[in-house]
Amino acid sequence: MSNFIEGKAGTRLLLMGNEAIARGALEAGVSVAAAYPGTPSSEILENLARASKHWNLYVEWSSNEKVAMEVAAAASFAGLRSMTSMKQCGVNVTADFLLHLSLSGTRGGMVMVPCDDPGAVASINEGESRQFARSVEIPCLEPGDFQEAKDMIKWAIELSEEIQNLVMVRSVTRLSHASGTVVLGEIPEMRPQAVFKCDGFVLDPKEGIMVPAPVGFKHDLQHKKLEKAVLRFEECPFNTYRGPEKPELLIVTSSICHLYSREAVHRLGAEDRVGLLRLGTTWPLPPKLVEKHLRRVDKILVVEEVLPLMEQDLKVLAMELAPQIGVKRFYGKRDGSLPMVGELNPDLVGQAIAKILGMEYKTAPQEYVDRARQLAFFGAPARELTFCPGCPHRASFWAIKNALELDNRHGFVCGDIGCYGLAVLPCGFQTLKTMHAMGSGTGLASGFGKLGRFGLDQPVLSTCGDSTFFHTGMPALVNAIHNQSNITMVILDNSGTAMTGFQPHPGLKVDAVGNETPSIDIPAVCRAMGARVEVCDPFDLEQTESTLLKLLEVKEGVKVLVLRQICAQSPEKKAKKEYEMRVNEAACLGQNCGCNRLCTRIFRCPALVWDQAKGTARVDEALCAGCGVCASICSLGAIERKEAV
Amino acid sequence: MGNAELSDDPYNVIITGVGGQGNVLASRVLGNMLARKGLFVTIGESFGGTQRGGSVSSHIRISRDSTWSPQVPKGAAHVLVGLEATEAIRTLVDYGNRKIKVICNTRPIHPVGVIAGEISYPSAQDIRKWMEELTEKTWFIDATDEAINLGSPVFGNIILIGALSGINVLPLDREDFEKVISETMSPEKVEINLRAYDLGASMVSGRKL
Repeated sequence: MSNFIEGKAGTRLLLMGNEAIARGALEAGVSVAAAYPGTPSSEILENLARASKHWNLYVEWSSNEKVAMEVAAAASFAGLRSMTSMKQCGVNVTADFLLHLSLSGTRGGMVMVPCDDPGAVASINEGESRQFARSVEIPCLEPGDFQEAKDMIKWAIELSEEIQNLVMVRSVTRLSHASGTVVLGEIPEMRPQAVFKCDGFVLDPKEGIMVPAPVGFKHDLQHKKLEKAVLRFEECPFNTYRGPEKPELLIVTSSICHLYSREAVHRLGAEDRVGLLRLGTTWPLPPKLVEKHLRRVDKILVVEEVLPLMEQDLKVLAMELAPQIGVKRFYGKRDGSLPMVGELNPDLVGQAIAKILGMEYKTAPQEYVDRARQLAFFGAPARELTFCPGCPHRASFWAIKNALELDNRHGFVCGDIGCYGLAVLPCGFQTLKTMHAMGSGTGLASGFGKLGRFGLDQPVLSTCGDSTFFHTGMPALVNAIHNQSNITMVILDNSGTAMTGFQPHPGLKVDAVGNETPSIDIPAVCRAMGARVEVCDPFDLEQTESTLLKLLEVKEGVKVLVLRQICAQSPEKKAKKEYEMRVNEAACLGQNCGCNRLCTRIFRCPALVWDQAKGTARVDEALCAGCGVCASICSLGAIERKEAV
Repeated sequence: MGNAELSDDPYNVIITGVGGQGNVLASRVLGNMLARKGLFVTIGESFGGTQRGGSVSSHIRISRDSTWSPQVPKGAAHVLVGLEATEAIRTLVDYGNRKIKVICNTRPIHPVGVIAGEISYPSAQDIRKWMEELTEKTWFIDATDEAINLGSPVFGNIILIGALSGINVLPLDREDFEKVISETMSPEKVEINLRAYDLGASMVSGRKL
């Protein structure tokens, strides 16, 4: 449904939050957009890449979020409007540049759109981007619905251009990955001319050099920019109040929490008792506007996700205003009215309001819930996450696991971010023993590999995806080589950024828009750095295992094993079987085989089923991707493969 | 705004299943059909890591005049479409109630723990009995089998959307379905999807299952 890219002003469409943000960028006249993929942010740039075929727009997948922000900033320095987007962890990656950019300032309007993931729906953290807006002192906006997700981008770009600094627009999973009604606006005809003026007086913000120094001067200037932003915030159309003139309770909320709050009030039928102040501009808070609403009431409930930042800021303002407006009672995360951890929903907000007002918040009757829970105990067996049928990672981790067992020196693997992170679970034979940030597996391995003098004698391995290699894997590998750390880095090259939807990366011959582009050869890069490099097809278990075992025996230096096999879900491979698989029931001894059901119990491919009735393994042809790997794990040869026609 | 009739406002539909079953596509098709009626539709979706064999749900809120939370409040679903039966049971714990109507695919997708022989999958009889106990009415549809007859299991979700139109709880018109899928699909694909849709509608009205 891409009619939102060309749709005319006034058209009403059902748009995903990320589509609305992308359309907002078009309506804001953004000329350059750059990002690194990450759930729940990826669709923003994907859609802009599509849009670049219709509009004069440069869009790229950058090698990481920091480079993406630099690419977008360059456009701003040259007078163009630009945008960069990332998932919450990506903000950390930008942080060093972000800190300095916020001091040097920008020229053409520039917006960063971090997409946070409260509740870690598709993350391994509950990072908070709004904290960064405060720490680097740039204005922060939070869209409260799908229409605002679009409209706020334009407003933020204009604000950025006015104050000559970067502006943050923070989204969350339940906005970015939800869909709602949006009325389109006009896309301007833009023929912008890019010029980087840098020969003027050094302190001239429009024609001088773009540097954060002199720091005292620039930091003071940055504060003046914030003051200007606050003036705009006082009159901002995204700050609205709905409710009685003098409510018993005032809810102050932002982002998607505003929809939870509205629904909670509606379900309680408390519209005449509760006022709802929905703030779109959450940092810095506009003090006059806040004062006006705090005067209405003595009790305030703050509803926001991740850290209680707005709650703290409101309390500071309320304390400063106390001599004029009296002492206020605050409810929120800090007093336990709302949980500190996890995402919110209408029920959590409803229960908090009900408790404060002495009401009852009703959901389904308890006896129904209890009965449903009882039936679900048997009726809804747990569905653990697993690698897809035909996933190269299952084969790779099988080989790694076996090589480590044969090596028998308690070797371990430091993991990284991507689908292969699932290898902390049984589907990857619980092979990964650490998992943190992008590239951290190899950084940690580099450190472990230097602990020999303190007695650490276990072989140290890391795994790293192909996209992750370019993102932050390379500096860690350089570090390991230069510091002579004894490690083996296994690069799981499945030809794309698979987890987030096959966005291209520098190792591929295609760019964000689909044009052909030079690719960077991973084994060649590693060899040039000075690593000993081997390349295997992980589907060849025997060769992979013996190659890895050989590398583990090399006493000195850094070894790299590139395991190259395309993701089973990639568009070029999906539904193409290399082999037709079957279990020869006469050959399979089932429970009587000494293997103790190695294939279905340990290897655990979803397409390889334990047939309880027959007492043998069976291939589910509908699920089988035809990779042929399971034929190599059966010692009796009962799993047979035949080339698919 | 919309003049279509809704028995409740907002009207809450949940589509649940397993990653890879076409949950997101189904919710978007349904949402766009209703949006064509001038209704405000809000869809909350879970995907990302949850796609790798895990449970997936879409929450669809339908209203004459406003955008609602992308998460349905607990116990407040009006209709549940289960692309997979045990996922439907799982969803009833949080969002079910005595008045809920359910359209449920019968073809199981075994969790990896079942495949590995560690836990068991409930029998079809038990599923039927339990669903009937927990819902006002459940329509069991052999959507995957019928979809395979049409050429591919991927049509299962469209058969279930067709069935949802057939139970007459929402203003879902075949014409809107055709318009919505025509925006993204080739004419041949539109034709087979229409067949899947019609088949689903006939399965709830025509024969007793």
